Amino acid sequence: MLNQSKIKNQFPIFSHKKDGKPLVFLDSASSTQKPKIVIDVLKNYYETSYANVHRGIYDLSEKSTEAYEKSRKTISKFINAKSAKEIIFTRNTTESINLIAYSFGNSNINKNDEIIVSALEHHSNLVPWQELAKRKHAKLKIIPLKKDLTLDFESYKKLLTKKTKIVAITAMSNVTGTIVPIEKFVKEARKYNAKILIDGAQSVPHLKTDVQKIDCDFLVFSAHKMLGPTGVGILYGKEATLDDMPPFLYGGDMISEVKQFNSSYAELPNKFEAGTPNIADVIAFEKAIEFIEEIGLENIEKHEKSLLKYAKEKFSKYPEVKLYTPKDCKNAGGILSFTVKGIHPHDLATIFNEDNVCIRTGQHCAAPLVESLGEIALNRMSFYVYNDFNDIDIAKKSLKKALKLFK
Amino acid sequence: MDLFSETILDHYKHPSNKGSLKNPTITISEVNPLCGDKLKIDLKIDSKNRIKEIGITPQGCAISTASASLLSEKLIGKSLKEIEALTEKDIFKMLGIEINPGRIKCAMLPLVTIKKALLMKELKEKK
Repeated sequence: MLNQSKIKNQFPIFSHKKDGKPLVFLDSASSTQKPKIVIDVLKNYYETSYANVHRGIYDLSEKSTEAYEKSRKTISKFINAKSAKEIIFTRNTTESINLIAYSFGNSNINKNDEIIVSALEHHSNLVPWQELAKRKHAKLKIIPLKKDLTLDFESYKKLLTKKTKIVAITAMSNVTGTIVPIEKFVKEARKYNAKILIDGAQSVPHLKTDVQKIDCDFLVFSAHKMLGPTGVGILYGKEATLDDMPPFLYGGDMISEVKQFNSSYAELPNKFEAGTPNIADVIAFEKAIEFIEEIGLENIEKHEKSLLKYAKEKFSKYPEVKLYTPKDCKNAGGILSFTVKGIHPHDLATIFNEDNVCIRTGQHCAAPLVESLGEIALNRMSFYVYNDFNDIDIAKKSLKKALKLFK
Repeated sequence: MDLFSETILDHYKHPSNKGSLKNPTITISEVNPLCGDKLKIDLKIDSKNRIKEIGITPQGCAISTASASLLSEKLIGKSLKEIEALTEKDIFKMLGIEINPGRIKCAMLPLVTIKKALLMKELKEKK
């Protein structure tokens, strides 16, 4: 187990109680809380070191540029990219996927080509591909889900054809917590020369990720789901693939030479970062990565698995509770979705909220998946470094209270 | 004030006017995309443009279901003009509880749905 109280103390938000009740934060799959060192960097940077990047000759601007590029380097090492040039900053995972769908998609996908996604996708890794398929009269195919809530690999093999241009799949579902064995999926896509995008929004904060080992073309994730600030998305792409893609947004900072009627564009990574970027938040994100690395991803994974196991045991004792999680904890991250018979998720979350317990309810931006499970909405608890068994015990008490009220 | 008052829970567990109507004047279904709540409302309107009968098929949370149930009781005998004049304030008063911002959509779903149904009827008659 991690040293929970020591970790929790480093997150200022947990020192604030509501009506004397401590904060039980079980919604990290949506967005995580921030440690003090991340918040401090933001404040210090604006107070002492702020200036725009890639512009000035003066010290402040040079230092800003240096810190911004240092963060890029740290991120590239964190996922074992070959070079920092392969890291592009966006606003969030959704924007990273849209960048690929527009830039790569518009220039490589034609009529009757095929795009494959899975039944586990968040709307952000489904809707951009639906739109691309419509724009290009291409075909969208969906890898089905098996009853055990894992992806049907055999069906996937049959969906792949010579017309498949890109496979876009999640490495971990934000609803069921299912961990997808992505390396297997990548190998299969390679046989057909299809590009492969991994949505790592849920996996990168919790599982060790090595893009060279996975051998994916793209990996996308967000800083705010891993202790970093909001407004920073990451797009990793293989250098050769990114080089072949046209820019997504045009304007300042992404150009090489500009004439009145024609321009040429900058090299990677600037080619994909038009306009003044989110400098302060990128710089602060580096501290979040250092914080995670200090604890160690292996320890984080182990810790979350033990929380998942504990929560499953506690919640499955109630016959009204139905869990939507792979049977084997081995196939799942620290996410537990469930329904309670007779209590709508919104009502349950309202009762949990009275006890200062934050859970997510609804369709989790994955409406087709939730509907395929036969539910109109789900409750979801998700865990991170600052959670402990006590959090789950408090949530269980809230559940008991709700069951009594709605009896 | 407690959100899950006895009245709210009672109307959630045993909604008034539950079920579909035979030969309704209008039927409308509405979805709250945020939570997936669904609500179907059947209305029978008499020649004087008053609600004669109402049938609700709720599939949602306690707040939206109780709001639909209480509203269905309130609307019988009301003229369409009177319904159009109803506001968020009236719904909160009817529910008798404090609604936090996150739940306003749940509380308002039934009235929004009925108003939409009446608007559709009006448009149809104009054609």
